[in-house]
Amino acid sequence: MHTVIIGNGISGTTAARFIRKWSDHPVTLISSESPYFFSRTALMYVYMGHLRQKDTQPYPPDFWKKNRIHLIQAHVTSLDIAHKLLQLDNGQSLAYDKLVVATGSVSNFFNWPGQELKGVRGLYSLQDLEYIETYSKELTHAVVVGGGLIGIELAEMFHSRNIQVTFLVREKSYWDHVLAPEESAMVNRHIRENGIDLQTETSLKAILDDGKGQVKAVLTDTGETIPCGFVGITAGVRPNIDWLKTSPLEIERGILVDAFLQTNIPDVYAIGDCAQLRQPQPGRQAIEAVWYTGRMMGETLAYNICKGPLAYNPGVWFNSAKFFHLEYQVYGQVPASLPPDQDTLYWEHPDGKKSIRINFDKSSQAVTGFQTMGIRFRQEVCEKWLANRTPLDEVLPKLALANFDPEFYRRYETQVVQLYNHRFHKNLPLQSPRNILDKVLQFLKN
Amino acid sequence: MRSPHTLQKTIGTFAVITGLALFTASLGLNSFSLREKSLQTHLNNDYHYEMVAPFAISMLDKTYSNSLTFNRDLHQVLKQGQEAIRQDLEQNKGLGPSDETYWSMVMQDYVVRSVKLPITREAAQGFLSDHAGMTGGLALILVLLGSFLLYFPIWKQLPGIDNTGVFSSPLKSRGWSGILLGSYLILFYLILYFYPQHLVNWMIIVDPISYRLNNGPASQWFLYGLLYTFVILVMGLRMILKYRHNAYQIWRTASVMFFQTCFAFILPQLLAWLNQPAPDLKNIWPLDYSFFFDYRLDEMLQSGTFGLFLLFWGIALTLIGVPVFTYFFGKRWYCSWVCGCGGLAETMGDPFRHLSDKSLRAWQVERWLIHLVLIFAVVMTIAVVYTYLPKQGSGLTRSVFFSISSAVLLFAMGFVWFLNKKIKAAIPRRALLIGTFTGFAIIGIGTWGIMAEKEYLFWVQDYQLRSWYGFYVGSVFAGLVGTGFYPLMGNRVWCRFGCPLAAYLGLVQRISSKFRITVNGSQCISCGNCSTYCEMGIDVRSYAQKGQDIVRSSCVGCGICAAVCPRGVLKLENGSHDVYQRTQQTRAIHISETEVTLLN
Ligand SMILES: Cc1cc2nc3c(=O)[nH]c(=O)nc-3n(C[C@H](O)[C@H](O)[C@H](O)COP(=O)(O)OP(=O)(O)OC[C@H]3O[C@@H](n4cnc5c(N)ncnc54)[C@H](O)[C@@H]3O)c2cc1C
Ligand code: SF4
Ligand code: SF4
Repeated sequence: MHTVIIGNGISGTTAARFIRKWSDHPVTLISSESPYFFSRTALMYVYMGHLRQKDTQPYPPDFWKKNRIHLIQAHVTSLDIAHKLLQLDNGQSLAYDKLVVATGSVSNFFNWPGQELKGVRGLYSLQDLEYIETYSKELTHAVVVGGGLIGIELAEMFHSRNIQVTFLVREKSYWDHVLAPEESAMVNRHIRENGIDLQTETSLKAILDDGKGQVKAVLTDTGETIPCGFVGITAGVRPNIDWLKTSPLEIERGILVDAFLQTNIPDVYAIGDCAQLRQPQPGRQAIEAVWYTGRMMGETLAYNICKGPLAYNPGVWFNSAKFFHLEYQVYGQVPASLPPDQDTLYWEHPDGKKSIRINFDKSSQAVTGFQTMGIRFRQEVCEKWLANRTPLDEVLPKLALANFDPEFYRRYETQVVQLYNHRFHKNLPLQSPRNILDKVLQFLKN
Repeated sequence: MRSPHTLQKTIGTFAVITGLALFTASLGLNSFSLREKSLQTHLNNDYHYEMVAPFAISMLDKTYSNSLTFNRDLHQVLKQGQEAIRQDLEQNKGLGPSDETYWSMVMQDYVVRSVKLPITREAAQGFLSDHAGMTGGLALILVLLGSFLLYFPIWKQLPGIDNTGVFSSPLKSRGWSGILLGSYLILFYLILYFYPQHLVNWMIIVDPISYRLNNGPASQWFLYGLLYTFVILVMGLRMILKYRHNAYQIWRTASVMFFQTCFAFILPQLLAWLNQPAPDLKNIWPLDYSFFFDYRLDEMLQSGTFGLFLLFWGIALTLIGVPVFTYFFGKRWYCSWVCGCGGLAETMGDPFRHLSDKSLRAWQVERWLIHLVLIFAVVMTIAVVYTYLPKQGSGLTRSVFFSISSAVLLFAMGFVWFLNKKIKAAIPRRALLIGTFTGFAIIGIGTWGIMAEKEYLFWVQDYQLRSWYGFYVGSVFAGLVGTGFYPLMGNRVWCRFGCPLAAYLGLVQRISSKFRITVNGSQCISCGNCSTYCEMGIDVRSYAQKGQDIVRSSCVGCGICAAVCPRGVLKLENGSHDVYQRTQQTRAIHISETEVTLLN
């Protein structure tokens, strides 16, 4: 049974690895982007000179041969469902028994006038990075459009090369449809502290031509013209499925899949950024374009193919990011605006660079989400509290168990508990055990 | 675009290079002329002096412009004298190599080697001797000023991890300047270990400091210790500046700076002043491989209570200190907090940590090499002490000592087997068998040697073992390769491939320690920062992306992987629970405990 996987990103690669782990079926992994799987999330570090491209490859080149995962570097141009055949851009065709579509995303472009000019590009692929690299040599000013996670990374990249950055964000405050106002404000401050010209409530209207097909400036909806040599478009991503639109696969925004990651066509599956769940779990999105879900889908699918039906269950939501030097972690649901049945406990350090937020249910007191800035929390501990719907009164005294900051770091659980006691007129104690790791592991086991 | 600090950094680089160049050039700023008295004092043997002196006449009225030509002739003179002595003994005195007196009367090679430095020192005169303070001071000021200009801009940046441009800098990525620096360091070690007579001008420069600290002139080791400490302090400050947001890094860097300055440098100087044995109290056998050599044992045994304390201290550190501290904190308590080699690696070596070889091959070489050095050190030490002890008598005789050593070895091996069973065979079977085989081989061959009443325990002269070890491991590996290769193979080449103490600490860390690096659930994005910046070449990512806690014997607990991780995935921790469950591969991706069992 030959499984062919289109896309060697995290989801496709994870599927291939686990299929190999659990079976002897032949596996073929196709990608046009790069011969070997690399970490897309590390693209920025390659640009900034922290890493070389090969350092972003989690497995050495001989790994694939050793594990009998057949690699093809080519672009799949069309899909013949009836004959179970793929057409490649190198003229060859490839037969499959099971097909996994893991083609990831592409950058959104919203038909701005001038978006086809030279010096306008998104950041998603290796080729994008190379393109940006060639433009960086002479660059003095760049505009980044769109305030998401990739936009801020692009801003940081340019900043590291001392290229002036104007960062256009449509929202009132950076990423404020995801972050609560306090955290969003904190990130705003940090962006500006780094010398980035952050312009909120500003959208791109048009990109101006210098007469030679090259970008020379952007025009914003506030009427301003900002001269620049490069425009980075980071207004989100969408599933990379345009080439499948004419195929019998059912597609909405992404390829529709059921709980077992199966499409409407037998033996064809979709995972990762390009897959859209028909029935996402409560509180979850139909498309979650993040690393972690891609990995979980890949593993779940391999299980389905090799061992038997297993519904995709991403568990408790989590995510993390780094805004310049500001680390961010979230576990559970911490929406930008609080639902009426929930309350939030938010503590912020006076330096404005660290915070801890715990959301909880007003009636049952059960914790519903943890979000930290500048402080690391332990996923397994938070996950357990969230899964068990543990009341806040029980969580807070043990908050030290959740801390994951390096040794010798200052700890702030006392302040959080004090804040809580003060606000709710309670008298919760704080346990500060000495051998924390032992306590954590005991807690996780029970 | 240029950085706003480009000019500052260019001036800084220029100042450091000028300072170093001046310091280097100072080696040529004296002239040398032989003093007759030097020859007499340092040969310290009237017969030898009488025989050598005639050859030296031609040198006496000459002034040499540099130590190279001076030593070329001095070498000639000594060699001619040595040959004349041999002929005199054989032809006039009728002695031959079979006579015992013959050996006590010839001039040995080591004499030829060791008198060159003091003789050259006394021959030095001229500009540098007259302006030592000025030259040294100027070089120092240039280096300090340059370092300040180079590193102060870090302060102006916001605190946080910033490895920008590491892989585009030729210095930090084996470019031309990296290779140049490496060559300079290798050359320095070559001269320091094997031709110290060419460094006398530097010793003259640091003499005033030496007098202040130990009331004597500077030896090449004083010079080396001073430079070493200086570098650790300057680069330590840089390290603290760079990681000022990270308390673990601050404390650990301050700690190595403290131990280097006080324990490795100042304390031995003061002890030497008091005419006491002057060891580095934090240097532990088998890193301190000469601890059990005859002259060190003699020195300790003849220095009263303090000497006995030193002996006791040294043995206690090895047999109790290492296992106990490593059990509680992992090998990092030594390698990243105390050790001098580690101290240099973590300060001067910081800009080069990403150059460590991450390949599987390197790991295979590492495991063999480092354990072979440990075995070499153990065998050598047993042999040396064996020869040192009396053959017969009451108390600690040779055979009693060998029995004790064998017992310690057997105990250690038994303990490892026992633990391995307890922790569900965490050690690969092959490694266990090879280790056990080696242990029994040492005991077996030794016992055989005793039974056969061999003068030397393992059929080789212990002296031979000592000189091999001293040359290949002590000088070439630890110094030349260990430090000279910083810009070529990363900052822990010695610690990773060669240090016998690291091997010992690593064994304890692997089989019985609370220390591990815990992985924060499934937050890893496989970016590769941790693996790239791990100076020990550990593929940290391969564990992190599986949610698998890390216990590796080579991990020195520098904490850099945790520091550079952009997602806060790694944490260095101590705890006794569940180490061997959480380090299992099967912990995989669906990280919550229930799912793990599903995917087993
Ligand atoms: C700069 C950047 C930073 C990010 N940082 C984070 C982060 O910090 N945390 C996080 O959770 N997520 C992050 N993400 C998102 C994350 O990288 C994606 O969710 C993830 O890579 C998606 O994986 P995938 O396997 O679904 O698809 P992809 O990684 O996109 O892989 C799809 C592959 O398929 C290839 N392909 C597509 N079509 C074809 C075809 N027709 N023929 C052949 N090959 C084809 C593509 O070229 C690509 O190589 C980031 C994304 C970017 C761009
Ligand atoms: S694994 Fe981490 S702590 Fe250990 S040596 Fe490598 S970088 Fe340092
Ligand atoms: S542990 Fe951190 S640094 Fe290492 S690969 Fe994962 S995310 Fe990157």
